[in-house]
Amino acid sequence: MSVDTATVTRVARLARIKVSADEAERMTHELNSILGFVEQLNEVDVAGVEPMTSAVNTTMRWRQDAVTDGGDAGRVTLNAPLSDDNFFMVPKVVE
Amino acid sequence: MTIAPRLPDPKKLIKGATGDWEVVIGLEVHAQVTSQSKLFSGASAAYGGAPNSHVSLVDAAMPGMLPVINEECIAQAVRTGLGLRAAINPYSVFDRKNYFYPDLPQGYQISQYKQPIVGEGIVTVDLADGSAIEVGIERLHLEQDAGKSIHDQHPTMSFVDLNRSGVALMEIVSKPDLRSSEEAKAYLAKLRTILRYLGTCDGNMEEGSLRADINVSVRRPGDPLGTRCEIKNVNSMRFAGQAIEYEARRQIAILEDGGVIDQETRLYDPGKGETRSMRSKEEAHDYRYFPDPDLLPLVLDPAWIEGLKAHLPELPDEKKARFIRDYGVTPYDAMVLTLERASADYFEQVAKGRDGKAAANFMINELFGRLNKDGKAIEDSPVSADQLGAIVDLIRDGTISGKIAKDLFEIVYTEGGDPRDLVESRGLKQVTDTGAIEAAVDAVIAANPDKVAQALAKPTLAGWFVGQVMKATGGKANPQAVNDLVKAKLGIE
Amino acid sequence: MSLVTDLTALTLAEARAGLKAGDFTAVELTEAYVAAVEAARGLNAYIVETPEKARAMAKASDERIARGEARPLEGIPLGIKDLFATEGVHTQACSHVLDGFKPPYESTVTANLWADGAVMLGKLNMDEFAMGSSNETSYYGPVTNPWRRQGSNASLVPGGSSGGSAAAVAARICLGATATDTGGSIRQPAAFTGTVGIKPTYGRCSRWGIVAFASSLDQAGPIARDVRDAAILLKSMASVDPKDTTSVDLPVPDYEAAVGRSVKGLTIGIPREYRLDGMPAEVDALWQTGIEILKDAGATIVDISLPHTKYALPAYYIVAPAEASSNLARYDGVRYGLREKGDDIVDLYEKSRAAGFGDEVKRRILIGTYVLSAGYYDAYYLRAQKVRTLIKRDFETAYASGVDAVLTPATPSAAFAIGEKAGADPVEMYLNDVFTVTVNMAGLPGLAVPAGLSAEGLPLGLQLIGRPFDEETLFTLGGAIEQAAGRFSADKWW
Ligand SMILES: [Mg+2]
Ligand SMILES: [Zn+2]
Repeated sequence: MSVDTATVTRVARLARIKVSADEAERMTHELNSILGFVEQLNEVDVAGVEPMTSAVNTTMRWRQDAVTDGGDAGRVTLNAPLSDDNFFMVPKVVE
Repeated sequence: MTIAPRLPDPKKLIKGATGDWEVVIGLEVHAQVTSQSKLFSGASAAYGGAPNSHVSLVDAAMPGMLPVINEECIAQAVRTGLGLRAAINPYSVFDRKNYFYPDLPQGYQISQYKQPIVGEGIVTVDLADGSAIEVGIERLHLEQDAGKSIHDQHPTMSFVDLNRSGVALMEIVSKPDLRSSEEAKAYLAKLRTILRYLGTCDGNMEEGSLRADINVSVRRPGDPLGTRCEIKNVNSMRFAGQAIEYEARRQIAILEDGGVIDQETRLYDPGKGETRSMRSKEEAHDYRYFPDPDLLPLVLDPAWIEGLKAHLPELPDEKKARFIRDYGVTPYDAMVLTLERASADYFEQVAKGRDGKAAANFMINELFGRLNKDGKAIEDSPVSADQLGAIVDLIRDGTISGKIAKDLFEIVYTEGGDPRDLVESRGLKQVTDTGAIEAAVDAVIAANPDKVAQALAKPTLAGWFVGQVMKATGGKANPQAVNDLVKAKLGIE
Repeated sequence: MSLVTDLTALTLAEARAGLKAGDFTAVELTEAYVAAVEAARGLNAYIVETPEKARAMAKASDERIARGEARPLEGIPLGIKDLFATEGVHTQACSHVLDGFKPPYESTVTANLWADGAVMLGKLNMDEFAMGSSNETSYYGPVTNPWRRQGSNASLVPGGSSGGSAAAVAARICLGATATDTGGSIRQPAAFTGTVGIKPTYGRCSRWGIVAFASSLDQAGPIARDVRDAAILLKSMASVDPKDTTSVDLPVPDYEAAVGRSVKGLTIGIPREYRLDGMPAEVDALWQTGIEILKDAGATIVDISLPHTKYALPAYYIVAPAEASSNLARYDGVRYGLREKGDDIVDLYEKSRAAGFGDEVKRRILIGTYVLSAGYYDAYYLRAQKVRTLIKRDFETAYASGVDAVLTPATPSAAFAIGEKAGADPVEMYLNDVFTVTVNMAGLPGLAVPAGLSAEGLPLGLQLIGRPFDEETLFTLGGAIEQAAGRFSADKWW
C-alpha cells in the first residue's frame, strides 16, 4: 500500500501537525519508503495467531480506591504556557 | 438473554401528514461510577472543587505518567452488570480513543471498544399505564470522563479545568428497543433506580452523574430501521423527552417532504426546545482505537465475580414483587415505593407488623406529598418510620380519625414529638363518647331551625349538620357516630 | 593512601571501593567529574549540567560515609538521559516541543538511584523522544562519539537514541548513565562507543516518569564502563513500582554476584537468521570470536533458528510509531511546553506541534497515525502484533529446547560519521537496529558488550539475549566475554 499527498495531508491534519505543500510532498516519499519496507509482513502467515497483548506474562495489578493525589492545582499548572486562577487557557472553543 | 422483537404498537405511533410513523430510540447513558478516586489516578472523584484541585499529574497527562486502575471502579461496573442481568466478561480490554480537545489532556480517552467488561443484559421498565417492557442492554464499558471547558470567563479564551478528567464512567448502551419519549424517560428512570440501589452511581443528573446520548430514528411501522441522529449529552429526564419529541417530528417532516435524514450528532437546546446539528463535531472523526499499551488486559476471577454477586442488594424488581406478595400492596404502589431504596426501606419499617396497604397509603399520600412540597428526599424526612408507624396505629385503633391523622402528621413533621403523646397533650383524641357528641348535635339543630326544615325536605342536607358538628368538636368526633346521631335526631333515613 | 591522579579513570566498582576505603571523598570524585564534564563540552553529550546539585549530593554522601551509612551507590556521579523526569530540572526528551519543561516529579528509576546515594551530574543528550539511531535528531544537536577512526578527525555518531549516555560513559564524564531502549537505543550506542549496556526484561524497571515513546517496548537500563558496573547500576534502577502496572513483582537479584560466575554448562544459541547478506566480514568475525570465547570458557554452542527475525524490524516500524503517535498527542501546547499562537484551538495545536517536533518525530507520528486510521488497523497494527507473537514464540521455542542465552552481533556495522546517513532513505537508518529490535518485540533482556575493534579501530559489540528476567546469565556471559576480549577505551582528544 502506498499513500498520496492528499492522504498525507489528511493524516497530518488528524495528527494536528501543520504541513506545507512541500513538506507533504517530501513526507509522501518518506512514508511510502517506510510503507514499502513494512509490506514484507504480508508474507507472514498469521492465521490463528493471537496478537501480542503483553510482552511479559503477567496480570495487571489493581490499586485500592483511596484519594492519594491531587489537591495541588499550582503543581498541575506550574508549566502552563498560559493560565489564570489555576485554569489552563486556550483560544475560545466554540460549540 | 434475547428479547422478542416488538411489534409496532398503534398507541405509540406518531401521526404524520402522510400516515403513521414509529419512532425508534436507543440510549447511551454515561453514569459516573461512585468511587473515592478516579479510574486511573488517586485524585478525588468528588464533584466540584477549586479549578484543577482534583487533579493528579496522571490526569493532567504530564510526560511519563501512567494509569493504574482502581479496583473499586471495576467492582462497581461488575455490580452494575449483574444488576442489569448482563453477562460479565472475564476478559476485557482498555483501548485508547484518540482525538484532540482541550479538555482531553492525554489526546486520547481510555475506554473499552471491542471487548467491554459487561455484555448483553435486560432491564424491565414499568410504564405509567401499568404495563411493562423489556429493554435490551447491548453492553456496558468503563471509560474516563473528560475535563470541562468554561467559555464565559473571557472574551477570547476558554478556561480548562481538569477536575472531571479521568473520573470513571460507565457507558451503558441500550438496544434500540424504545418506542416513545415516555418509554425512554421510564427507561432512564428505571436505570437510575437500579444504579442507586446498587450504589454504583448516585444518579444525580444536575451534577452530570447521569447523562444520555439519545439515538433517534423514525420509520413506517414494519419497515427496517431508519437513519438515526444522535442527540448528545442530555442531562435531564424532561429534556430527554422533549428532545425525542422534537427530533422525531423533525425527521418525520423531512421524510414526508421527500428528504433524507443525514446521520449526524445533534444537541438539544432546552431554551428553544429544539435540536440542532453540532457542526464542529462533523469533521470526519477517525478515533484510531487501539489497545492501551500502558494497561494489560483486565482479567476477572470468576470467584471474585461470585463474591460480588453474593453481596448484591435486593433489586427494585425483586423488591416490588415481594411487596405485592408480602404486604398486599397494589403493583402501582409497590412500584412507587421501590423507586428509591431508601423509600422501600422506610416502607418496610412502617409496614412491619402493620397493615401494609394502610402504611403504603399514608406514605404515598401524606409523606411523599409533603416531602415533595419541601423538595426533600426520604433520607431527610423529619418524620421517622417509627413516628409514621405510630400515626398509622392511632388511625387503626380508632384513636384518631383520618382527618386528624393529617393534622397530627403535620405537627410531627414540623415540630417533632411522639405521636401518641401529642394526641394526649393536644387533645386530638377522637371523641367516641356519645353523650358529648349528642350534646353537640343538639346544639347545632337548636341553632339552625331553618336548616332542619330544609333537611327534612332534602335528606342529603344532613351532611351539612355532620360538617357543623365536626367543626364544633374540632374534628375529634367519630364521623360515623356523628352521622348516625344526626340522622336519628332529624328522623331521616 | 594511594595517589590517584585521575579519579575519572576508575570504574564504578573501583570508585565505590575507593570511597569506602577513604582514598578520596565523594566531593573530590564529583569535582573531578564536574571538571571533566566542562572539558568535554565539545562532545555535546550533556545538554544540562547540574554541578551545584552534584556538589550538594556529594557532600551529603560524604556525611553518610562518615557516619558509616553508605548506600550501594553512595557518592557515585551519574549522567541522566533527558528522557527521565528529574524534579525541578530540565526534562525535555531533547525536543523543542517540551520547551522550558521542568517536572515537579522524579522518575522512579532516578529516584531509586538517588535513594541509593548516587550523584547527578546533569542531563544527557539523546535523539528527540528517543527516535533515532545516531543522536542526530536531538533538538540540541548531534553528540560526537569520543571514538574516531584511525587517522581521521571525522566526527562519528555515538549511536542512538541514548547517544549522550553512551558518549558520556565512553568519554569518562560520568561513572555510568541511565538510558532507555525501545528498539536498540541502549545496546546500539553501547556497541558504537565500546561501553556495556543492558536492556532488561520488559517490566524489570518502572517506566513511571520516563517520557514515553512506545509503551509496550520502552525499557530503562544502564550504560556503563564494564559488565560489573552495569550489573551494579541495574540492581539500583530495577524495582516493582505500584505506579507502573507493567512493572513486574519479582525480587531484584544481586546482579553483581553473577559477574565472574562460571559459564560451564550453559548452552548458547547461535541464530542462523542473524547472518545477513552484505554484513561486513569483520562483524561476522567478531561474532565468531564471541563464539570461541564462550566455547573456551566451557559453554555449549548450538545452532538455532529464529525464523521470524527478518520481520521484527518491519513490525517494529508499525507498532512503535503507532504507540508513539498516541503517546505524543499530549504535546499540544496547552498544559506545558512550546505553544505557538493560533487563530483557534486547532490552529494552536497544528502550529505548536509543527514547530515543536523535528522531522523524524513527525515522520513517525504520521506513520503511526496512518496505520491506526480507519480501515488500516487490521492490515498494519493487528498484523504486526501477531507477528510479534510469532517472534516471541521463536525465542520461547529456543529456550524450551535448552538454550540459556542467544549470542548475536549487536550492530551490523561500527559507528558512522555524523551526516553520513542523514540524507538517506529513513529505512537505511532504521536498519541499524536490525539485531536489537527483536529483543524489544519479544520483551526479552539483551546485553551489549564490546568484543573487539574494527579495521578502522572502532569498537564493535556483541549482543547476548536472555530468558525473561534472567539478566543474571547475561551478566555472567558478558563478564566472560569481557574478560577474554578486554576493555576498550577511546583516546582522549577532546
Ligand atoms: Mg458513545
Ligand atoms: Zn462514552
